[in-house]
Formats: sequence, structure tokens, C-alpha cells
Amino acid sequence: MKYRNYTMIDRNGRPSDKGPEWNKDSHYSIKSGLMQTEEIEERLWDYIDGLSSPDERSEIDQLIASNREWQIRYSELLTAHQLLNASELEAPSMRFTKNVMEEIARHQVAPATRTYINKNIVRSIGAFFLLMIAGFFIYILGQFQWSGFVGHPDTASGILSQYGTSLTNGMDKLPWGKVFSNTYVNIFIMINTVLGLFLLDMYLQRRKEKAKVSL
Amino acid sequence: MIHTGVTDTEIISKVLRGEQASFAQLVERYQNYVFTLVLRFTDSREDAEEISQDIFVKAFRSLADFRGESKFSTWLYTIVRTSCITFLRKKKLDTVSIDNEKALIQLENKESGFRADTVEKKSRHAMVNEAILMLSPDDRQVITLFYKGEQSLEDIGRIMALEPNTVKVKLHRARQRLKDRMEKHFSHEVQELHDD
Repeated sequence: MKYRNYTMIDRNGRPSDKGPEWNKDSHYSIKSGLMQTEEIEERLWDYIDGLSSPDERSEIDQLIASNREWQIRYSELLTAHQLLNASELEAPSMRFTKNVMEEIARHQVAPATRTYINKNIVRSIGAFFLLMIAGFFIYILGQFQWSGFVGHPDTASGILSQYGTSLTNGMDKLPWGKVFSNTYVNIFIMINTVLGLFLLDMYLQRRKEKAKVSL
Repeated sequence: MIHTGVTDTEIISKVLRGEQASFAQLVERYQNYVFTLVLRFTDSREDAEEISQDIFVKAFRSLADFRGESKFSTWLYTIVRTSCITFLRKKKLDTVSIDNEKALIQLENKESGFRADTVEKKSRHAMVNEAILMLSPDDRQVITLFYKGEQSLEDIGRIMALEPNTVKVKLHRARQRLKDRMEKHFSHEVQELHDD
């Protein structure tokens, strides 16, 4: 049962003709041998667990029948598998069920978590959040002097022709410092940023949970 | 898990309708599985019994959250895992750590306490159990869930929050380590099994 000196065999269990070439570097040889052993075992465990495809199964059937190395490996793994299957479960004390039921008598089934969360409350919070942001933007826009922005156009085409240059010039003229130096606005932005990150985290968590199969 | 008679879902429906006593059927049905799994986390039977009891109480209280999208056993084993991890964190047990590397170091120390020549011939059951206890908590759990909890790779993935392929690799490595330990500590018994 201990580690043996495994002969070099290819994926199909045939003795490898690469022997002399591989033996040039003994370290490489040993490493390859171990990898090969691992690969054999991996395939055999799949075979034993019934996870192999029909083609793979018939191939392994042939290998076990014809190759000594595979026979030995299979026998070892099958013994381990049978031992694990045959092992018995541990049993708690005789009073276990009674103890649990006595404890349970003091409790009630809690309502399902999903019923705790009222969708209307969630929607209200969302609406409040959006209103806050809208209010913030209205407040900012209210701080600006718009007279210098468009450039007094006479006609609609004038507005369009001036719009491209007016927009960049006008944005530069806007008193941004007046808005962002306001302590209340900064606090508001911070709160919103934190809430936004919190919301993003909740969304990502939900996606992660959905990715797992829900229990 | 094949049960004759009432299915888990039927029992759960009864409990949710207020028939609290029906829960005893679920306890009877799964107590050995839960207890064995918990024993893979803690060596003390007293602790294991206490944790198992808490697990069933938690399962009862959260029963309305079981949506039937997985097997009841898979859902229950998720509670087993989280409860055991919480318990270990609370107690800060030296013998078992969530961290695999730490656990492996401890296991190496534990192993040094075993001397192959002093180990008497054991029954197959005792030998396998002892060899399993020499593994890391994760290895113990994956092996127990697969062989004793009758969970598929996908189910184990749900319980341990892992991809089925990762579970497959973990299971493969855990079995390999178990085989190595059995060969190391119970070589005589293993040889006898081969001769049988």
C-alpha cells in the first residue's frame, strides 16, 4: 500500500516510450510520475463515483482489465471507497429527540424572512432617496446665475449655433465653488455617497446569492 | 436520503400549520446525520450534542424560510456548518480551527501522538472514524457530507458555498489524504482488508 516506484505510462496506461528522454532530468521524471499518478486516481475516483462518461467508463474498464498499475490503484481506491461507505453514523444520547422537543416547546416558528420586508417600505425609501437627489440638483441649479450662460440668443437657430461654445464657456463661468464649499451640501453628498455604496453592496450581495442556488 | 412514508416536505407543512409535534419526526430522521457532522468539528460528544440540539431549534425557528428549492437535508446541513463555525469561533477551540493551514499544523501535532505500532487492531468503523478525525475540518466535512450525508457535489457546493468543481477537487484531495493517513497509522488493518 505504500508508495511504489511507478513505471512511466501514458494517458492510456501503455508503457511510455519517452523513458530515456524523461530520465535525463530525474526531478522532472518524478514530478511527471506523481502527476500521472494523480491523473490516474482522479479518473478512477470519477469512475468509482459514477461521474465518468460512458466512453470514459469503457476506456477505464479496459485499462483496469489490462494494466497492472491501474488494477492496483483501482483496488486501493475501491477499498477506501467501500470503507467510507460502510462507516457508521454516530448517534446522540437516547434523550436527544426529547430534549430538542422540550426546547422547541418554548419557541415558535419565526415568520419567513421575506415577509419581514414590506415592498412598499422599500419603494418609499427608494422614492425618498430619489427625491433627495432631485432636491439637491434643484438646489444647485438655484445657486447659479443663468444670465451669462446662453449668451442672449435672438432666435432658436441662434441658440443652436451658440449652444456648443456657450455650453463649455458657460460651464466654466458657473460658480461651482459656491455650491461645493457649502458644508450642508458636502454632508449631503457624503450621506448620499455612503447610501449609494450601501445600495450597491446590497445589489451585489443579492446577485451573489442568486448565483448560488437558493436554499 | 430515501424515507418510506411521510416526506420531509409533508412534515414541514404540518409543522408550519402548527403541528409542532411533527417536528420530532424530522429530528428522529436527521439526528444521527447532524450529530455525526457536528462531531467532525468538535471532538467532545457533550459539545456535539449541545450544538446539534441548537441546530434543530434553529431549524425549527427558521422553518418558514425553507423554500423547498433544495433538499431539506441540504438546508439543514447549511445550518450545521454555520452553527459549528460560530461555536468554534465562540469557544476559540485550539484543537479545531477554521483556518485550514492552522488546522493542518495542529493535525500534524495530533498525528505525532499516534504511534502506528501502539494502535491496536480496530474495527473498520473505528479505524475509518479515527482516520477521518486526523483530517482538517474541511476535509472531514466534505467526506462526511458525500458519504454519510448523501449529498451530491452540487449540494455540498451549496452547503459550503463552493462551486461543484471545487468540491470535486476538495473531495478528491480529502480522500487522498485519508488514504495516506490510513496507510500510515493503520497499515496492518488496511493490508488485511486488501487480503480479504
